Amino acid sequence: MTAVSDAPRSWIKPPLIKRGWLRWSLGLGVVIYLALALGSMDVNWTRVWEGLPRGARFFAAFFPPDFTGRWHDISDGMLESLYMTVASTVIGIAISIPVGLGAAKNMAPRFVYYFCRAILALSRSFQEIILAIFFVKLFGFGPFAGVVTLSFATIGFYGKLLAEDIEDTDPLPLEAVRATGAGWLQWINYGVQPQVMPRMIGLALYRLDINFRESAVVGIVGAGGIGATLDTAFNRYEFDSAAAILLIIIAIVMLVEYSSSYVRRWVQ
Amino acid sequence: MTITRRNGTLVWHRRARGVQFATWLTWAAAAALFVYCWQLISQKTIWPFVTDAPEQAADLAARMVPPDWAFITALWRPMWDTLNMATLGTALAIVLAVPIAYCAARNTTPSAAMVRPVALFIIVSSRSINALIWALMLVTIIGPGVLAGILAIALRSIGFCAKLLYEAIEEIDENQVEAVRCTGASGAQVTAFGIVPQILPAFAGISVFRWDINIRESTVLGLVGAGGIGLPLNAAITTLAWTRVSLILLIIFATVIVSEWISAKVRHAII
Repeated sequence: MTAVSDAPRSWIKPPLIKRGWLRWSLGLGVVIYLALALGSMDVNWTRVWEGLPRGARFFAAFFPPDFTGRWHDISDGMLESLYMTVASTVIGIAISIPVGLGAAKNMAPRFVYYFCRAILALSRSFQEIILAIFFVKLFGFGPFAGVVTLSFATIGFYGKLLAEDIEDTDPLPLEAVRATGAGWLQWINYGVQPQVMPRMIGLALYRLDINFRESAVVGIVGAGGIGATLDTAFNRYEFDSAAAILLIIIAIVMLVEYSSSYVRRWVQ
Repeated sequence: MTITRRNGTLVWHRRARGVQFATWLTWAAAAALFVYCWQLISQKTIWPFVTDAPEQAADLAARMVPPDWAFITALWRPMWDTLNMATLGTALAIVLAVPIAYCAARNTTPSAAMVRPVALFIIVSSRSINALIWALMLVTIIGPGVLAGILAIALRSIGFCAKLLYEAIEEIDENQVEAVRCTGASGAQVTAFGIVPQILPAFAGISVFRWDINIRESTVLGLVGAGGIGLPLNAAITTLAWTRVSLILLIIFATVIVSEWISAKVRHAII
């Protein structure tokens, strides 16, 4: 037993980034960035320190949540939010189907592709609140502006994912359907639609969930829904009502999440 | 898929008759629900305000061009703050999301009956409450500024990161974990050499994806006083300085496009 191999007896995990200089310069870059970012942040620590007991009192004011005192306002705002959610999801998805088809490389000619991609980029880059400010200005206060905002935001989200899904479809069934002499609509309906539908139903439910959550904030700038009620509750320092609203939002989001996983299983 | 005989010829149908009928019924119910919702919204809408929207839009557009390019010198600092809020907020969220995801994943949780529901509740509540609402509360507690924005972004992102991360942990290949355990590795070593390498690509992808979303979110936190580009935006809108508003919107647009490009590049490099 003299022929013991010279291989090292200890093993080190290979580094994530193989090129040494890249690893070190990335690390150095992160350190420099953190130093710059944290250095440029002027935090008023005394204000933060004073705020902590205030924060404790603030959260204490949340309990117990008051569901009954403003129940009329809460149920009104909540129902309005739900209507807005359903309407904007349906409208948004209905518009995003042609946009998504146009934004898929394998479906549309060049200029249509770039046009639809531009719509998607425009819709995705602005946060819902910024859009809501402008739509409230154009359409006046109320849930209509909120529906337009959420529909517009839905187009960017849903259209992009739909376009990517269409680009990933298996080309063979598409060719087979076309070989039967199917027209364009039949081709879309029997070739493309069955391939993208299961994932798209899941995403539609996910977007419904997002739209509900966003409808809770667009109200802050006057676009209707539970957000207006929540903002009023904060402004009146009625934190117990605010807590009730937040708890209802959490409960509904949980409900949507559970039912969406159930529906997705049922569809597939 | 069914084939029926009608007048001596075979006709192909995509679905059996009952299934087809149920499908139509579902669509009809959904359409009825939509019409009902739309009608209630329409009742609460002042339609004259909606019908004059094209004039309003034209008026607003005329006021917005040309953008006030000289104002850009005052925007570098808020933009830097916005990027910092997104980046530091994401970093903080990831640090906090890892243990929560570890507790929420079925295969790694210390206790499925006690710890997992708590972790799931943290995830759902963080996801349900928008960053703007977190910011609204945090500005009241710790005062206006970038710190409130960072914490708001972090609190909102914990749920998102932890949810995707725990799903990734649940999907790992158990054989590798068992193989590492068979070498006599301790619990920490099993995690470090059996689980971590498997979820690292997903982890990096999730972080970059959330960073990209957070850039967008952090542009509005200034509206409630949490710093960043939202502050000058709010000031410009309230003082009706529309040429400045258009400049700020252009800068936001450019930043978001660049960040989306970076995030897509990084995710392609990893996956």
